[in-house]
Order: sequence, then structure tokens, then C-alpha cells
Amino acid sequence: MTALVEARGLTKRFGRVTALEELDLSLPSGHIVAILGPNGAGKTTLVRTVATLLRPDAGSLSVAGHDVVREAHAVRRMIGLAGQSAAVEEMMTGRENLAMVARLYGQSRRSARAASVATLDRLGLSEAGDRLVKTYSGGMRRRLDLGASLVGSPRLLLLDEPTTGLDPRSRIELWDSIRALGEGGTDILLTTQYLDEADHLAALIVIIDGGKVVAQGSPAELKQRAGADVLDLHTREASTLARAADVLAELGIGTPSIDAETQRCSIDAPKGSGVLALVVRTLDDAGIDLEDITVRHPTLDEVFLKLTGTPAALSTEPDSAPDSGPVSDLLSDGHVA
Amino acid sequence: MTTTTIGSPGTVFDAERVAVAPGASRVVSTLTIAGRTVKKFVRTPQLIVAGTAQGALFLLIFRYVFGGAVGHTGSLRYVDFLVPGFVATSVLFTGMGASAGIAEDLSLGLMDRLRSLPISRFSIIDANAWANTALTTLSLAITTAIGFAIGFRIHNGVGAALEAFGMCVVFGFAFCWLFVALGLFAGSPQAAQSLSFLVFPLTFVSSAYVPVSTMPGWMQAFANHQPITAMVNTVRILTEGHAAAAALGHSLNYYLPASLAWSALIVALAAPLAVLRLRR
Repeated sequence: MTALVEARGLTKRFGRVTALEELDLSLPSGHIVAILGPNGAGKTTLVRTVATLLRPDAGSLSVAGHDVVREAHAVRRMIGLAGQSAAVEEMMTGRENLAMVARLYGQSRRSARAASVATLDRLGLSEAGDRLVKTYSGGMRRRLDLGASLVGSPRLLLLDEPTTGLDPRSRIELWDSIRALGEGGTDILLTTQYLDEADHLAALIVIIDGGKVVAQGSPAELKQRAGADVLDLHTREASTLARAADVLAELGIGTPSIDAETQRCSIDAPKGSGVLALVVRTLDDAGIDLEDITVRHPTLDEVFLKLTGTPAALSTEPDSAPDSGPVSDLLSDGHVA
Repeated sequence: MTTTTIGSPGTVFDAERVAVAPGASRVVSTLTIAGRTVKKFVRTPQLIVAGTAQGALFLLIFRYVFGGAVGHTGSLRYVDFLVPGFVATSVLFTGMGASAGIAEDLSLGLMDRLRSLPISRFSIIDANAWANTALTTLSLAITTAIGFAIGFRIHNGVGAALEAFGMCVVFGFAFCWLFVALGLFAGSPQAAQSLSFLVFPLTFVSSAYVPVSTMPGWMQAFANHQPITAMVNTVRILTEGHAAAAALGHSLNYYLPASLAWSALIVALAAPLAVLRLRR
């Protein structure tokens, strides 16, 4: 079976910056896929290349078997794109905006009108449908923009950082819409720099950094791949926290870290809960009282840090030029999926 | 992969029917996109009011402030000299809006959406050029009406005057293409706005507002060989007849083909550049 999106040695340069470097990727149909990476990792470039807005400099990229360069028109017939900004016309109503896009997908006037009404309904915008978009809130605009990308019932929906800049409530509303679409059978490829977003929405996460795929898998797989479970503890007296860390360091199971903000000590727990008893006993012997202690799977944040060497959503500017060290190290470590 | 066309309204979102959109035809996509530009303009009455007010204001200033100093040109009253020039060059000032508009579409991502749709990419810019030509024509009609209101009269028959108006629309079309191309290259609406101000030297150093013969020699060389002068003088002779032809140095047989050639040249340069830029 043909992969929905297939990239082989995909390379795209902007002047001296390499945005995508010999990226290989094969995405199956039937899932919400999240492309996760820090700013400048190449996420947007990848989506724009899939959307036929950019031509690759080298390598190949196809959507459902159609090459994005040679068969660009065939690709455009299958995709719906919602970019980073709400690309809607302010001086038209929500319904007019959607009908316009539906018309451009080739629908008749009548079915364009029906599709726009159905889409507004689906996104909870029915009541605002006949108002000019300039009266919409930021969240409503983004939802309408999402509507414009799906009013043509595309086979593949491309969402570039769909919730960036939204308030928490609008963000959750948009998540609900996206999840519902995925459940309804639309293939969705979205980019995000928020781990929780990828964790919530996607069945498959592809982590990219420096224009390459660093890892891919389900959220659970990725958390597993990043290694050990983590043991978190709080001591009853904050003053004994540092001493607890020293005692645990001597156990030789890992290097404890202290999060000053939450007064929490964490240590890798390779054997999971088996370590728990050991830690409790050791601390008890040392006379340190515990407030609480838990063993948990690593968060995607920790996975991300481990795989890219960059804390998620902290790196600001495109400093992820191809030659940035940690990523290439990781790649040779065999973390490539 | 199933190739199904979009079904009846009720089945549009049927997950079983993975649709491959046919994409709109050239004509439908051009009209649909142009429709949006026109709607946007018509629903912003401030634009129309401000544009009209500005046109009227400048026409009054030229007519009564400069008019006294310039006086007659040959046997042509200044108002009859000025209005054809003012109306013909007004297409540049209205057309300028196309630049900022298209640059805005680029920066807001609307152009990305359009470029990702199954339509001819040429129809995207084509639509912008046609829509702006329509808006320019509307503004031409308003400016002409103001011209008549301040004393302009035609002296060469209604037929020739209508022909003059048609020529203004042709010039408007040519410059809309130029501005669409400029907008695509500008990078931002602000940059587009500043680039558009290049029209000022082009319009002022021409025969539009004052006779070229009053300029220094080196400037006359430029003024006599640029598109605006040919266009303005074409309109002038078509509306004013012999008096204008006598005052301008050349006849309609010179200015009309020259202005058409300039228009064709502008489109021939701007359209491929715009297409190239969009294909990028």
C-alpha cells in the first residue's frame, strides 16, 4: 500500500540555511500525525513542501503516491491547508469565506453553500456564520481557518501550528475539533512545538530537529524509547532535599536532579517500581522523612530534551542549523526511527 | 485510492467517501477570487469616500491654484488641458491599492491558501488584475464626473470621448498588472506602499498637469518619452480635438499607437514576472 506521505532524502535550503536535510519519512494513513520540533527545526518547511508551496532542492516527496513537483496539481486536489495565520477575508462573512474556498475546490454553487453551512455547524460557528469575520475573536478566526482547510473534504489536512497564539480555552476547543475530524476519518498532519498538544492529539509523533527526523513513534513508544521511568520525591523538610540527593547518588542507579522551583528531586528508575523500595529504605536509614514519592513514565518534555538536546519550546530563533552538535550525535546513536 | 467527486450536500463529510476535489475551472476561479477583492472594496465605504474626496480636492487645487499660473495652452483652456491628464493618471493612484492588497494577502497567508488549492495559479493574479481594473474603472467614472463639475467640457464629440474613457480603462488594466507584480515582489504591505510612490515622478514629469514645454530640456527628454505622456495626450486629443493636437506637437496617429504599445509592453513585462514570482 502506498504511504500517505513519503519523503526520501528531502532537502530544502534557504540561502545558506538548510531547513530540511535529507529527510526520510513514511507516514501511514489513518492517524493524526504530529510533527514536533523546536523553532527552526524545519516543521513549517516540511508542511509547506507537502502543500506544494515550496519545491524541494533535492530528494522526493509524494502524497498518496503523487509527486509534489511533477504532479503538484494532483496533490492539491487532495489536501487542505491551514497555515500559521488565520488566512480568511475579514470583509466577508464566515459563510462567504468557506463557500469561496469550496467553489475553488470545484464544487458547484449549491454544494459549496451546503458544505459551508455544514462546516460552520461542525466547528460551532453557525451563529456567527453571517457576520463579517472582522467581528470574530482570534479563536473564532482560527476555527474558521480550519474550516476553510476542510470545507473541500480533503483527504489530507495540513495544519501548521494550529493553536499557536490562542488562549487556553480556544486551544482546547480547537483540539476538540481536530480530534473529531481525525475520528471522522480525515488524515491530519499537524506541526506543533507543544508537547502536550502532540501528546493529546496524535497517534504518531515525528520529532524533527535540524531538518532531520530524530525519532518517531506513538507517544507511549517515544516515552519508552527515551529510557527509564522517573522517580520523583519530595522531602518533608525542604532543607533535607540536597542531602537526599547526595544519598541517592551513592546508590549508583543514576544522577539525581533537583528542580528548585518545585522542591522536587528526580532520579532515573531503570527497573521501575523495583527501585522504589530501595530508595525508601535508603532514605529511611539516612533519617530523611519523605513527603511523597512516585514512579512515573518520562514526560514528552523529558523525551524531547533527551532526543534533541534542546528543551522543548525554549529555543527561540532558528539556531538549529544542520551543524548543531547534539542532533548529529544523537543520529549516530541510532535514534533515527 | 478512490476517486470520487464531491457528492450531494448531505454526503460532503461522509468519511467513507475520501474525496479528490476536481478544482475550479480557470473562469470560475478567476471570478471567485476577483469577487472577493471587489466585495472587500465595496464593503469598505471609507475607501470610496476618501478616494473621491481626495480626487476632488486635488482637482480643485490644480484647477484653481496652478491653473492661474499655467493659463491657456495654445487655444486650450487649462481646465480642458488638466482634466484629461488628471483622469488618465488617476488610474495609477487607484491601481496602487492592488500592490498593498496583494502584499497583504501574501503576508497574511491567504496567498498560501490559494496556492495550495487545485486551481490555476495564473488565475490568482489574473483575478487580482481584473478586480482592480474594475475598481479603477469605477474611480475613473467618479473622477470624470468631478471633472465635468468643475468646468471641463468635451469638444470632439461623445463617441471620441467614450473612446477616451475606454483608453483610460486600458491604461488602468496595464498599470494594475504592474502593481500586482510590484505587490508580489515587495515583501510587505508597507514596502508595497513605498514602492508605489514611484508613480509620483512618473506622473508629475509628464504632460499630465502642465505642458512639457515649460520644463528644462533634459527633463523634457524624459517627459516626452515615457508612457504617461503618450497616454495623457491620447485622452486629451480624443476629448478636445484639434485645439489639443495643435498644442501638443504630435497627432493622435502618434499618441494612440504609442500609448497602446506602452500598455502592451507593461503587461508583457509585469505578467510573466508575477507568474514567475508565484511559482517560486
